[in-house]
Amino acid sequence: MVQSLKTDEILVNMGPQHPSTHGVLRCLLKTDGEWVREVWPYIGYLHRCKEKIAEKVSYIQFMPYTDRLDYLASANNNLGWAMAVERLAAIEVPERAVWLRVLAAELNRIASHLLSYGTFGMEAGAFTPFFYGFRERETIVSIFDQLCGARLTYHYARIGGVMRDLSPETAKAIRRFLDEMDRRWVEYNTLLSDNEIFVRRTANVGIIPADLAIAYGLTGPVLRGSGVAHDIRKAVPYACYPKLDFQVCIGQGLKGTVGDSWDRYWVRMLEIRESVKICRQVLDGLPEGPYQTKVPRILKVPANEAYVRTEAPRGELGFYVISDGTDKPWRCRIRAPSFCNLSILNRIARNCLVADVIMILGSIDVVMGEVDR
Amino acid sequence: MEAKEIHEILIQHLPGCVREFRTTTADPFWVVESERIREVAAFLKDHPALQFDMLQAVTGVDRGECFEAVYHLTSLRFGHSVTLKAVLSHEAPSIATISDIYPAANWHERETYDLLGIVFTGHPDLRRILLPDDWEGHPLRKDYVAPESYHGISNAPD
Repeated sequence: MVQSLKTDEILVNMGPQHPSTHGVLRCLLKTDGEWVREVWPYIGYLHRCKEKIAEKVSYIQFMPYTDRLDYLASANNNLGWAMAVERLAAIEVPERAVWLRVLAAELNRIASHLLSYGTFGMEAGAFTPFFYGFRERETIVSIFDQLCGARLTYHYARIGGVMRDLSPETAKAIRRFLDEMDRRWVEYNTLLSDNEIFVRRTANVGIIPADLAIAYGLTGPVLRGSGVAHDIRKAVPYACYPKLDFQVCIGQGLKGTVGDSWDRYWVRMLEIRESVKICRQVLDGLPEGPYQTKVPRILKVPANEAYVRTEAPRGELGFYVISDGTDKPWRCRIRAPSFCNLSILNRIARNCLVADVIMILGSIDVVMGEVDR
Repeated sequence: MEAKEIHEILIQHLPGCVREFRTTTADPFWVVESERIREVAAFLKDHPALQFDMLQAVTGVDRGECFEAVYHLTSLRFGHSVTLKAVLSHEAPSIATISDIYPAANWHERETYDLLGIVFTGHPDLRRILLPDDWEGHPLRKDYVAPESYHGISNAPD
């Protein structure tokens, strides 16, 4: 690598400890003055080998470990794992539990996108959005505290249902929050989305054309930002999503080119609104009945295999699980959306400014817990 | 398209490629001849009625007596998916890369190499990706024994 350097070029380490890398990610930059010629991401700093852990603990015991994959969206991870195990073991989940899981997943999506909004603004040099985003996120986190007793690692979906029913007080708190969010959403846009400086930092920066996005296996807001209307909730409907009314939001190049950093940011903003809509519909249509079905304490799953896909805030979260008749999986592969999304960094962050690399990385919105697993 | 129809197209156009088509599992899968994986992947990607344009994941599985390389493909246009498997020897597991057909495979193959030791021949940059370069062994193998220490850092449970 050093031998290939021209005399004007130097190698610069960005990370592993860097506020804008969203965790411990090291990027090696080949720079020519302020210009970045190439970026090599180095990952693995948070590697815990969760796939090996999955083979050592039982299906039920692995649930809390999924909390710590994408730790900003534990409810979505729980949902994916629960669905995978239930599919293998052919467990029927009560209707009320299905709806409650979707409620938790969509609330978590809002929280995750709010955090992304705050940190992305801060990376562009706007400090205030961070406080605004975190204020609303705090409300969601408190709601989760009421719902399941945890603020970050929820462990809410369980095999065969959810851990606890929704109380009328929590339902009221969620409705209050949703109304609040509608008002705040408009404020957010005046603060950041249409801000001249912010637009100039993000529009036409890090453009990902649709065909490249698909070739690299990108999913979630990163893929949709490139104008591809692909959402697992619509493409392979699961849980109660077919009964709910919501839109798949895509980037349209409103401020620059389709697939630029601003488009990816904007897709997340639109998705906050869609998730608010979904949460309202879930609260309105929540069926009565039990919230948990009886599952044996030692759950032996017959030999089988399944690949279960769900739409997490960062894209397609897939659990490929092979069972062998015991209470532990033979193999569990976690297809984490951030891992695939990050793999395109070297391809798009070439011949841009050092400051642009930060914006591109922020617009991809990776969570290292999920990249490294 | 249903799995059965995909299977019909596969055996019609690529005779002798499919070793087994299993439908008894929750998700059906195809076992293909490992030396023809590139041919199968390129065919699935380009066939106008199939158009598997996205590779979701490459996975390795240690079966004890052999290894399996597993590929998950999906088509955004048609919404159908396939699971391909290739059986590899346990002594020297190796299979051709598909990272030039599906760029997404690049990191997935590196990870599979890192954690299971499956060699993807022709891969442009087959290095460890999650573990340090000097790590010994491949943790997801069933016979893996964790080292007692790494650079003087003890790994022993308290």
